[in-house]
Amino acid sequence: MDLSSINPVLLLASLMVAATPLLFAALGELIVERAGVLNLGVEGMMITGAVAGFIIAVESGSPALGFLCAAIAGALLSLLFALLTQVFLANQVASGLALTLFGLGLSALLGRDYVGIKPPSTPKLDLGMLADIPFVGRVLFTHDLMVYLALVLAIAIWFFLHRTRAGLILRAVGENHDAAHALGYKVVLIRFAAIAFGGACAGVGGAYLSLVRVPQWTEGMTAGIGWIALALVVFASWKPGRVILGAYLFGGVNVLQLNLQAAGAAIPVEYLAMSPYLVTILVLVIMSADRSRAPASLGRPFHASN
Amino acid sequence: MFKIEKRPIPSGKWNWGAPVVAVLLTMVFGGALFAVLGVNPFLALEKIFYEPLFGEYAFYYRPQLMVKAAPLILIAIGLSLGFRAGIWNIGAEGQYIIGALCGAGLALALYPMELFILLPLMVIAGAIGGALWGLIPAVLKVRFGTNEILVSLMLVYVAEQLLASMALGLMKNPEGMGFPGSRNLQQYPSAHNAEIISGTGMHWGVVAALIAVIFAYIVLSRHMFGFSLRMSGMAPRAARFAGVNPTRMVLICMGISGGLAGMAGLFEIAGPAGQVSIDFNVGYGFTAIIVAFLGRLNPIGILLAGVLMALTYIGGEITQSQMGLPLAAIQVFQGMLLFFLLAMDLLTNYRFRPTAKEAA
Amino acid sequence: MGTPLLTLSGLTKAYPGVVANDDVSFDIQQGEVHALLGENGAGKSTLVKMIYGLVSPDSGKMTLNGAPFVPASPNAARAAGVAMVFQHFSLFDALSVAENVALGMDNPPPQGELATKIRTVSDAYGLPLDPHRTVGDLSAGERQRVEIIRCLLQDPKLLIMDEPTSVLTPQEVEILFKTLRKLSAEGTAILYISHKLEEIRSLCDNATILRLGKKVATCIPAQKTAAELAEMMVGTSLKPPKRAADVSSSEVALHVSGLNLPPAQAFGTSLRDITLTLHKGEVLGIGGVAGNGQDELLAALSGERLCAAEQVRLNGKPVGNLGPTARRRLGLLAAPEERLGHAAVPDMSLTENALLTGVTRQAFAKGGWINWAAAKGYAERIIHQFDVRTPGPHVAARALSGGNLQKFVIGREVLQAPHVLVVNQPTWGVDASAAAAIRQALLDLAAEGAAIVCISQDLDELMEISDRFAALNEGRLTQARPAAGLTIEEIGLMMGGAHGMEAAHV
Repeated sequence: MDLSSINPVLLLASLMVAATPLLFAALGELIVERAGVLNLGVEGMMITGAVAGFIIAVESGSPALGFLCAAIAGALLSLLFALLTQVFLANQVASGLALTLFGLGLSALLGRDYVGIKPPSTPKLDLGMLADIPFVGRVLFTHDLMVYLALVLAIAIWFFLHRTRAGLILRAVGENHDAAHALGYKVVLIRFAAIAFGGACAGVGGAYLSLVRVPQWTEGMTAGIGWIALALVVFASWKPGRVILGAYLFGGVNVLQLNLQAAGAAIPVEYLAMSPYLVTILVLVIMSADRSRAPASLGRPFHASN
Repeated sequence: MFKIEKRPIPSGKWNWGAPVVAVLLTMVFGGALFAVLGVNPFLALEKIFYEPLFGEYAFYYRPQLMVKAAPLILIAIGLSLGFRAGIWNIGAEGQYIIGALCGAGLALALYPMELFILLPLMVIAGAIGGALWGLIPAVLKVRFGTNEILVSLMLVYVAEQLLASMALGLMKNPEGMGFPGSRNLQQYPSAHNAEIISGTGMHWGVVAALIAVIFAYIVLSRHMFGFSLRMSGMAPRAARFAGVNPTRMVLICMGISGGLAGMAGLFEIAGPAGQVSIDFNVGYGFTAIIVAFLGRLNPIGILLAGVLMALTYIGGEITQSQMGLPLAAIQVFQGMLLFFLLAMDLLTNYRFRPTAKEAA
Repeated sequence: MGTPLLTLSGLTKAYPGVVANDDVSFDIQQGEVHALLGENGAGKSTLVKMIYGLVSPDSGKMTLNGAPFVPASPNAARAAGVAMVFQHFSLFDALSVAENVALGMDNPPPQGELATKIRTVSDAYGLPLDPHRTVGDLSAGERQRVEIIRCLLQDPKLLIMDEPTSVLTPQEVEILFKTLRKLSAEGTAILYISHKLEEIRSLCDNATILRLGKKVATCIPAQKTAAELAEMMVGTSLKPPKRAADVSSSEVALHVSGLNLPPAQAFGTSLRDITLTLHKGEVLGIGGVAGNGQDELLAALSGERLCAAEQVRLNGKPVGNLGPTARRRLGLLAAPEERLGHAAVPDMSLTENALLTGVTRQAFAKGGWINWAAAKGYAERIIHQFDVRTPGPHVAARALSGGNLQKFVIGREVLQAPHVLVVNQPTWGVDASAAAAIRQALLDLAAEGAAIVCISQDLDELMEISDRFAALNEGRLTQARPAAGLTIEEIGLMMGGAHGMEAAHV
């Protein structure tokens, strides 16, 4: 094995890229869960976003338009989940699974003519002088806009949850939907909005995979990242700041194992490839001891009985 | 305007009516999808739902139906027990793979010894392998409170990598001239899960699935274990008050569902699939989730739903080869079915009433 | 008297199978304390939900200060000057006091300013509160203060209070009344919902009595006796339960010593050094404000939560480490407070629910195989002997009314001839006749020699049926004292007195 072939600057820089799709998806799901809804369909929404963003970007030549349409596609799919769980009062676990199965099928169907194509490249943000700072500049300031947007989104979500009235209402709905209803808040409407936001974020995360991270379309390309995003929300104890930490940790594990694979490590490829999933399980075990931070109404159905 | 209100008693009529309506709605919307894809929807639906059963080549498709339905039913029965108790094992695909690897591994280790109890031993090994794989999320759940949904799912990806490692490494056929994949168990008589009656598709996995259906039905309706299980799902606090040990319930349900999935994997690898290869698993573990819900978590319902779902698989292959309908369209079709079913569930527990004016 | 503050005329609201309010009319004047009196199910909740904009009436009109009043939502009602203190469901455990208050206001000031306001108002009305504390950590009385402050900060013209004293000790009730009188003197009208007659007589200027959704009368409660009010409320005069002569012996049936248990979930109460002795044929009443360890004590006695074997002894035998099934087999039975989801499975039939606890002592299962015919027979026996109104044992538990399901739950345990029966809130949310039947059944069971622990927040009930009385306060149980001769004052002190609350600064 030739460890010297691993360049720490490139490793850290690609870590930020690897973490970005996770960050988008997990931040979206964080808002959904803070509103008291468990949407297990992240994987399905991500891959739908991945294919929708890819198709639009290829057809229009504009990655920006691709990301926008990925957000819309993810949101539309999530509204299906919202309709099932909030109006038809279907079981949230089953509906989330259905969304994932449906999304995987739908994306495969939509994307069958786009396999093997290269998408238009997403431009790097020109940060001028900053990028010239040795080491730090290469690692932090040579990325495309979406990498920074994900970080800004995390901060914005923190601000929204803890410094705005709308955020307070969202948390209240997630804590105790009966009380929120009794005080006159529109629980179902608020949850619809949260779910749609989560869908849009997952869609963008998916598109980042197909447009930047990989970049091409292959069937089932999310390969469990949506599920890891769900685990990340638990890991982060429903806090946006810790989602960043978690996403960068997972991104790091993933990039490291890929680099080790490329460097011809003594460990068989398959065992390296399973490491992100094993790390996820390990992290879940460590973090699950403290369940008290979960929104109290998480996953419980709400029906205004009178 | 309509108002949704909870029924005092779940509607028995809609309990069985809902899946039928869901299937019909899926046919309508699925047909529309086929039309969009440029395929005659009526012809496609006929090829999916009619041809495999009663068409010209039904003699060929009917055994296929059994072969595809058996693993779905076997896995779905196990999953339904957990789902009823509120325990969400969605990693059956992984347990299926591990079961297959354990059983096949035993056979490959003993090759070429002919041993008349080899196949039963493989079945046991497969069941144990699947059960142990299913017990990992269970133990983590009861010990550390981790979410079994996420852990069981992560273990699917781990199992897939293990499968790849085995197919390309340890279990690779030494006489395979470098091609990936193990020896073909169909050519190893003691280990081959052959058709019991030639030409019917009836192999031991089908028998196991039928036994599982009957067994689950009796246990759920007549035995205290089934009663405790249903209680745990409907009202966990009441179950604890009644004396049910929730920890044991999690372990048992995950163990059983993992064991049945592992068994299904073994029957598949020792029979229709034949060899350990990278892509031997085709997603039965996930489709079985749809089967379990479509069958209303009821053993008899699962039997019917398994056959229906197998029908869409075979119909999908027919429409693909004869009409050029992409296979993914069938996947969408299956997803749609689950959506409609979940939506129609509302009719079982709630009813619509017209309201004169807006009410809260 | 000028224009009434609020007039209700001909309000009617029907739900499937039940008319919750039928042509209800009355007026509330400015500064008046008006009682809304009625049994459970008489339609009080529906009526106030209409005033608060949560439910819209099928027909009828309301006016506020002479203008038509049609609140489309609670926000609209609040904007018009109507505020409400809920009995349940309106606080958020994980949020702070200030956040909870802000959620109940339409245009809350910034958090810092709000915190100052909360301190000022809470001190002025003798309801001290720290705005930064997490609500889940507060006692029931403090939680109510949060609700009241939330209302007061909006200067309401009408304050609706739904059963406010059910979570207070007698001392705390006195302080609350002082606050309410101060408010009324300042011109705020109060609509006071209760079924506690003495409270209404001492506090309220007028009372409207509802029975089965209809208005029975509006009267001045101070001019009526409690018995007269009760008769108007219930429709007939009720006999107090009959007690057999004292049958309690010196033989100990249940002995708990030094029991400590950590809380089972976030914001739960831990049990601290619980010690109690229960004799055969005796009824031990355990009072206390909600959330002081009642659920936890029941769980520790029923076997849902385990402890050291020696800490719970049944007829001298250590059972602390045994689960519910083993304890049932030995004759220790229980009926939890929450009927739907704890004592019974809502979506299961009565037959299945009879099996739920009956299976152990009634041998409905051999080798685990269920004898459904026997279970159905048992369900029918409960229905018959306890006068449970239901079409039959095939009906799901959730389809029964609260009173009928409670009779079923109590009957299910009583008919198993327990040595010790532990009940929590046996008549909570139950109409008067069902409550009387349940209390009588408990007394009859004690007369046959069984020992009974009755945990309840209804002090009248406890005084009616207990031989000895003890109180739970923050997870601690007081020494039990003979119930006869205990004054309300003494009981209140056992329950923790005023919990550091002080009277309004009038």
